[in-house]
Amino acid sequence: MTHIASPVTPLDVTRAPEGGEVGPVRSGWRLGLREFARNRLAVAGLGVLVFFVLFCFGGPFVYHANVLGTNLAATNLPPGPGHPLGTDNLGFDELGLLMKGGQAALEIGFLAAAIGIVIGAIWGAVSGLAGGIADSIMMRVVDVFLSIPFLFIVLIVAVRYGASVLGLSLIIGVFTWLVPARLVRGEVLTLRVREFVSAARAAGSGRLRLIYRHLIPNALGVITVNVTFNIADAILAVATLGFLGFGLHYPKVDWGDMLSNGTAYLQDGYWWLIYPVGACIVLVVMACNLLGDALRDSLDVRLRRW
Amino acid sequence: MTGYLPRRVGTSLVMLFGVSICIFFLLHTIYPSPAIDVLGPKANRVSIVAWNKQHGFDDPVIVQYLRYVNQLLHGNLGYSYKLNQSVAALFQQRWARSAYLSGISLLFAVLIAIPLGIFQAVRRNTVGDNVATTLAFVTYAMPDFFLYLIAIQLLALTFPIFGFEASQSTSVLTVMADWRDMPLPIVCLTLLIVAGYSRYMRSAAMDVLAQDYIKVARAKGLPERLVLLRHLVRNACLPMVTLIGLSIPALLAGSLIAETVFNYPGLGLLFYDSLGTADYQVLLAYTLVGAVLTIAGNLVADIALTVADPRIRLS
Repeated sequence: MTHIASPVTPLDVTRAPEGGEVGPVRSGWRLGLREFARNRLAVAGLGVLVFFVLFCFGGPFVYHANVLGTNLAATNLPPGPGHPLGTDNLGFDELGLLMKGGQAALEIGFLAAAIGIVIGAIWGAVSGLAGGIADSIMMRVVDVFLSIPFLFIVLIVAVRYGASVLGLSLIIGVFTWLVPARLVRGEVLTLRVREFVSAARAAGSGRLRLIYRHLIPNALGVITVNVTFNIADAILAVATLGFLGFGLHYPKVDWGDMLSNGTAYLQDGYWWLIYPVGACIVLVVMACNLLGDALRDSLDVRLRRW
Repeated sequence: MTGYLPRRVGTSLVMLFGVSICIFFLLHTIYPSPAIDVLGPKANRVSIVAWNKQHGFDDPVIVQYLRYVNQLLHGNLGYSYKLNQSVAALFQQRWARSAYLSGISLLFAVLIAIPLGIFQAVRRNTVGDNVATTLAFVTYAMPDFFLYLIAIQLLALTFPIFGFEASQSTSVLTVMADWRDMPLPIVCLTLLIVAGYSRYMRSAAMDVLAQDYIKVARAKGLPERLVLLRHLVRNACLPMVTLIGLSIPALLAGSLIAETVFNYPGLGLLFYDSLGTADYQVLLAYTLVGAVLTIAGNLVADIALTVADPRIRLS
């Protein structure tokens, strides 16, 4: 009798699946975190971000450099002994400037994104829950502000009020809350028809409690993803403002301002004034974007591999 | 469909009205009056107040706003006290060059992004796709001016192939024919726009490839080339229509930075100079024009999508 190779493997009855045991409870966040950890690029992005936070805020404790006193005898030195990344046109050490500028960039990035997300989440949640004419009006306001080109209005306000970390954060934050508001409203519209909202209402919770105890925690996935992209956008916006000359000035340091100074020496070939700063901006923004993408993928239940 | 168009246009007009109020009030708060510009920095308070009274800058904000709207509807965009010309004349000199730079970059970007997205979807997860995705990702994370600086350093200073400054000519035709000075800004701007579009195009093309009608076309024996040309391209272009309409504000902002770095005498450079000199009439007019273009862009994108996609019309 010829042996017919069957495409279907015969059922091995000696290895029946075990039953009866209940595994550890895996909450939604744990599962999302596991998906996130599987994505190597995302972990790399997180690592880069952590590295930059340590580098910018912890670096000055280890590496003491001259970033405040002009030293005209040591201007525009190429990288060498004592100055790993050279000096700029006023004698400040480039590596020290990178750290200090990074502090400002990260602070403004996080603060602007935080302001944006807080205002946006509350606006969106209230609008989504209210419904009807209040919802229409609130969303029309968002649309009106979205029609104003972001860079122009931020530049106009920054010229007058923007020479400090808090000022820049407020200006950027006040124009970043629009997209989170729309997203949170969309989420709330899908969430408010769920049973847990009806249950909470039946238990007597008022609308405020509904928002902060039920709706916003359940919309946290969308919010978190949006925050990471907002951080990236805020850092780019600060760099652009600094490059155009409307960011932070001496004695504070701003990466965009450093690039703008370096542009004057493009023809002289002083590459250390331009490329390290640019690379830092690109790395931080890329890390935030990678993080945002990975968070979005890991929180999307349909993409999970069990 | 017949009820949709008037409603949509009506919504746009209402938003236009709202936007103009917001911008006017914001700018009025920051720059209340150009008296100091006209009278000089040492003018005393009495003459400032008298000038304001004479030119209507001490009226309530609402009255000033209504007067400004009236002025706009008669085609008068304001008068720049710093440059001593009417704002309309300043825009007239410069808008063609700005439109050329933005328009040609957008055109090239669309012509590159659509085939690139289709290529990435068809050959997904191969080396080509990964290289394109990585490049797009890095370019997207790069601040615009950094890309311009790298391009100037590499292609204009180290290897003097192109000019490091954009064409300074006042005639658009000369600018169009200038192959030595214009390629750098145009190519860089194109790359930046493509980096933004490529992700959407890729995912749109992948979504279309997963559809049943592609399977049917292949099952019927249609050559792959025709499957792509006849079915994929048309359906994958639909998100592009929305993207183009929505990228007007990004285009304006992009041209602002590009014109500043390459010293291209367009509207963006005018805005940047006015920021430095606090020429608020120009700032106000430019921001309003930008907002009008944004709203118009959204409107055109919505209408174009409704025209192009029968599924939206019939729903």
